Amino acid sequence: MDSEATPVVAAIALVVNGTEHRLSVDTRASLLDVLREYLGLTGSKKGCDHGQCGACTVLLDGRRANSCLALAVAHDGAEIVTVEGLAEDGRLSPLQEAFIEQDAFQCGYCTPGQLCSATGMLNEAEQGWPSAITEDVAADPVLDDAEIRERMSGNLCRCGAYRGIVAALREVGGEGARP
Amino acid sequence: MRPFAYERATSAEDALARHEDGARYLGGGTNLVDLMRLGVEEPAKLVDVTGLAHDRIERTPDGTLLVGAAVTNSDLAADRTVREEFPMLSRAVLAGASGQLRNLATVGGNLLQRTRCSYFQDASKPCNKRNPGSGCPARDGEHHNLAVLGHSDACVATHPSDMAVALAALGASVRVVGRGGERTVPLGDFHRLPGAEPQRDTVLEPGDLVTAVVVPPLRMPAAYRKVRERASFAFALVSIAAALDVRDGTVRDARLALGGVAHKPWRAGRAEDVLRGAPATEETFARAADAELAAAEPLRDNAYKVPLARNLIVRTLAELGEGS
Repeated sequence: MDSEATPVVAAIALVVNGTEHRLSVDTRASLLDVLREYLGLTGSKKGCDHGQCGACTVLLDGRRANSCLALAVAHDGAEIVTVEGLAEDGRLSPLQEAFIEQDAFQCGYCTPGQLCSATGMLNEAEQGWPSAITEDVAADPVLDDAEIRERMSGNLCRCGAYRGIVAALREVGGEGARP
Repeated sequence: MRPFAYERATSAEDALARHEDGARYLGGGTNLVDLMRLGVEEPAKLVDVTGLAHDRIERTPDGTLLVGAAVTNSDLAADRTVREEFPMLSRAVLAGASGQLRNLATVGGNLLQRTRCSYFQDASKPCNKRNPGSGCPARDGEHHNLAVLGHSDACVATHPSDMAVALAALGASVRVVGRGGERTVPLGDFHRLPGAEPQRDTVLEPGDLVTAVVVPPLRMPAAYRKVRERASFAFALVSIAAALDVRDGTVRDARLALGGVAHKPWRAGRAEDVLRGAPATEETFARAADAELAAAEPLRDNAYKVPLARNLIVRTLAELGEGS
């Protein structure tokens, strides 16, 4: 059977949370597989494995991306930040602190993806990227609650902690955020 | 997933040379990798084309926009020129997928993404698009979000792209490099209606590589609107890309394309013909919508799309007319 055919292996290098790894990977392996199964970084979660739930979201060369749909072999040389890399010098990021403060999770399964997605989303907003609901796409957007919800629609939370997630993002990066 | 070889192309010529039977070009992978995981696609080789020099957005002196096929959906939507001069295109791209998918997905891949018909995506089911001649369970099955225009006995699938609907209204064209050299295909002719060959989504031949999208300038108010089953991150039930030029109460020019209704982005030429030269009134807009939708052949469970499309056309044109 084809499915039992010989795997194809490729040599790649990845910088994950600041550490370089040289790996031999099956061409079929997603970045998510490599993070979890090769590197033991199990913070990023395999929810749907189809890009629909966002639990696998990581920062890939600075931008949020679904690691389940990214083939590792296609990202040789990439810099990746996972939830394990958001804290600096043992201190949680302001976003992580805000998630605790605002009760932005219950079971916690989607939280690593929410945190990475939110980190990327706040960068996008800072660069002035519009969203589907931005009134004037040519103007710099104002990150109100509706904008936060639209921009975070790629991350599902089955516990329904959305109110807390929006509150946490509002606190860190939203309209009237503390400087 | 079946094992596959992976190669990185360094130029369009190199990509063409590396392409062979059973190979697929890899862009962002957001659709292709998913289809491979589902067993719908089983390429023996992936030729990665994201490293080609087709990653820029340029503007020619006459205002034409050139968008490289490897530009990500995010970079297209966030581009200053696109936001200022082609806001409808930016809005359409932003209406699709999620933020993290748009960061991976490319313009070329967006055009070439496959239908989300649930039978096509389920390798255990018959599907004329996936397995020609096996039948179409969607016709009598779950089809509430499938085609009402231009479908065939063989296939009732819809094309899922938002971006392509805007490009259809904008009169864009697609640059393709193939074994016979380079050619430019008008976007309206790029995607096919299913007919008896639903396995062919586009007019591309094996090995053809999309290198860019060419968008002529549009100098009239335009809008993209999308109706879906939830507020965000869902495919269109019906979407519309529209532009309307009204002077002294008369429609001088109009562009209209519909998404979610057919196997391809549906340029509404009949509606445009009704609009041009007619008074810019709701009565005209309704007449235009009816002229276009007269050809609709809804299935058992998707007849709602016809009045939905009609209302969407009338309301969007009315709002564009008011702004003129």
